[in-house]
Amino acid sequence: MPVMSYIQAVTSALKEEMKRDEKVFVLGEDVGKKGGVFRATDGLFDEFGEDRVLDTPLAESAIAGVGIGAAMYGMRPVAEMQFADFIMPAVNQIISEAAKIRYRSNNDWNVPITIRAPYGGGVHGALYHSQSVEAVFANQPGLKIVMPSTPYDVKGLLKASIRDNDPVLFFEHKRAYRLLKGEVPEDDYVLPIGKADIKREGSDITIITYGLCVHFALQAAEKLAEEGIDAHILDLRTIYPLDKEAIIEAAKKTGKVLLITEDNKEGSIIGEVAAIIAENCLFDLDAPVQRLAGPDVPSMPYAPTMEKFFMVNPDKVEKAMRELAEF
Amino acid sequence: MAKEKINMPQLGESVTEGTISTWLVSPGDKVNKYDPIAEVMTDKVNAEVPSSFTGTIKELAAAEGDTIAVGELMCYIETEEKAEESKPSDKEVSEEKQEKTGEDAPSADQSMKKRYSPAVLRMAQENDIDLDQVNGTGRGGRITRKDIEKVIKSGNMPSPGGSHEHQGSKTDTADKIPSAPKAAAAKPAESMPGDIEIPVTGVRKAIAQNMVRSKQEIPHAWMTVEVDVTDLVNYRNQVKNEFKQKEGFSLTFFAFFVKAVAQAIKEFPQMNSTWAGDKIIQRKDINLSIAVAKDQELFVPVIKNADEKSIKGIARDIYDLAMKARSGKLTADDMKGGTFTVNNTGSFGSIHSMGVINHPQAAILQIESIVKRPVIINDMFAARDMVNLSLSLDHRVLDGLICGQFLARVKDILENTNKDNSNIY
Repeated sequence: MPVMSYIQAVTSALKEEMKRDEKVFVLGEDVGKKGGVFRATDGLFDEFGEDRVLDTPLAESAIAGVGIGAAMYGMRPVAEMQFADFIMPAVNQIISEAAKIRYRSNNDWNVPITIRAPYGGGVHGALYHSQSVEAVFANQPGLKIVMPSTPYDVKGLLKASIRDNDPVLFFEHKRAYRLLKGEVPEDDYVLPIGKADIKREGSDITIITYGLCVHFALQAAEKLAEEGIDAHILDLRTIYPLDKEAIIEAAKKTGKVLLITEDNKEGSIIGEVAAIIAENCLFDLDAPVQRLAGPDVPSMPYAPTMEKFFMVNPDKVEKAMRELAEF
Repeated sequence: MAKEKINMPQLGESVTEGTISTWLVSPGDKVNKYDPIAEVMTDKVNAEVPSSFTGTIKELAAAEGDTIAVGELMCYIETEEKAEESKPSDKEVSEEKQEKTGEDAPSADQSMKKRYSPAVLRMAQENDIDLDQVNGTGRGGRITRKDIEKVIKSGNMPSPGGSHEHQGSKTDTADKIPSAPKAAAAKPAESMPGDIEIPVTGVRKAIAQNMVRSKQEIPHAWMTVEVDVTDLVNYRNQVKNEFKQKEGFSLTFFAFFVKAVAQAIKEFPQMNSTWAGDKIIQRKDINLSIAVAKDQELFVPVIKNADEKSIKGIARDIYDLAMKARSGKLTADDMKGGTFTVNNTGSFGSIHSMGVINHPQAAILQIESIVKRPVIINDMFAARDMVNLSLSLDHRVLDGLICGQFLARVKDILENTNKDNSNIY
């Protein structure tokens, strides 16, 4: 199996889907000739031409709107937001139109669009280039939000998103793009949207998280294993709708649960995870459910020291895990 | 007067022990504070250990050649300072000890003993367990879900009103809980009948330790460039027979590569660095380690001041060091002081590899096989001698930009090596 980076898995999923289905096309800022600012669409312009790899104006509302319209007429657009932070002008299109059209038209219309956007910090991007925006969309029935943590999951889930008949927001952690590498099968495979994945089996504490934080947790878990602390790690993969069954099972397994997100703590998706655990697992809980998240400040700071303060990292995860294990 | 201990100091990040190469004092010698008392060799540095006190050496606790762990006793010294002044260190020790015993006995703080989590309470009720008789291993003596699970598993449940004997045996089981997972984690691989067990000793052990340390400490990053060495190959093939006849040893391709790397490092001294915790040390001397394999062993002898040597001089060093390695005559001096490693992976036929950095250096360059390949030049195919150079870098010290520039420079030097503008002497 070839080893790919996280971003190479994005590119290969796009390429394979465009080959497989000529209704699939890509649009976004600089996705064409340049191949994307992160080079996620590298080579697609040369291979599929300007009719299927569209460079758009700097107008996210139009990128989403054009995509939604094309999708309603049977195309399968993959729209790229250059940074997740830039998605805000497109929110009305995504929430008011894409998420609701199937319901509103009583199944006459649907919107098979995938909107990709790089999110997350740790790259000295400061505000506008570091935010986690998933919570904005995570209470809109009709939308699905996928946030994979490994190259393998990226390819399988991006393919599943493109083939899904309803709108999917696909958030990719930009620091993971070249940081994370892993084995990715060359053949065609899809992974189910809405299913969490156990990334590590353990019996002492349960970590539930998603995206880059999965790796921080795995790193910390390896370290703590030497001290005899055995962590169970559940990767949500899809953060809306949540895989309730998997969350309940993982929480019950150890009764000590740590939830991690890079997003601002209050109102983040892990608050919802905590509520699911509270509703279903009271008599299996052995400790208060803990949350590790970014502080409630408006944006990722630019100063490296402050960015470090804001970001979740393996040390913070390790500390939180150890405290919970010792409780 | 007071008798003090001098212990092995911490001689560098990740150094855990030191070997006393020479004692500079003997019992009865008077020393001043900060005077050197011994030369100590570690796998990283050779250093003099200064005296922590002014006084008279009383007793050496180790002989030359002995290896002592950091913080362990080296020698006793009778100080001229008053006994009271030295007491704080004793106090510190005893305080440390107290703290340690505190940690070892979690039972001391029992404030959480009667705080039961929903899981613990439910399980105790379902199994009719008297929680008063269960020992807690959680913080503040709290009974954890795992403690209860352990009790249920043991089948020896203290019911309300159970006897004292019961209670005693219960306590024992509960006490054992914390150590159980540790033992499981440390379980080594088992061998099956017919498998061969090879004891890990000597050089193999050192290789294993160095590799593990390098991979654990150093965040590796990798980069590869391909270089057209057609001219270099022609040049070398033209002169190699004459060279061998005249000099008595072979002119290898590797010598050209080592020379080019040394020259490029001179222009990019950042490559010649070491991570030292709170700082980066940029080395002045360019001493290139080269990897030499012998049966089951791997040595990395050093070509010292490679930038000052001609291609011939480097070829001679490579020849000498390789001969020494093969006949087991390499000395500690031959292996010391390397600042950057050049690895001739091409000699194994490899065309791409990701080297493990030779700790504590900041980078290693793999010289891969020279392969004749079709290459497009001016829109036409040409058969060219191509070689990949694969760099592994310590990403704490180096970034992609500087390494890219460095590799581009090495490439430039190699591609312009030919009979017209290069001299092997």
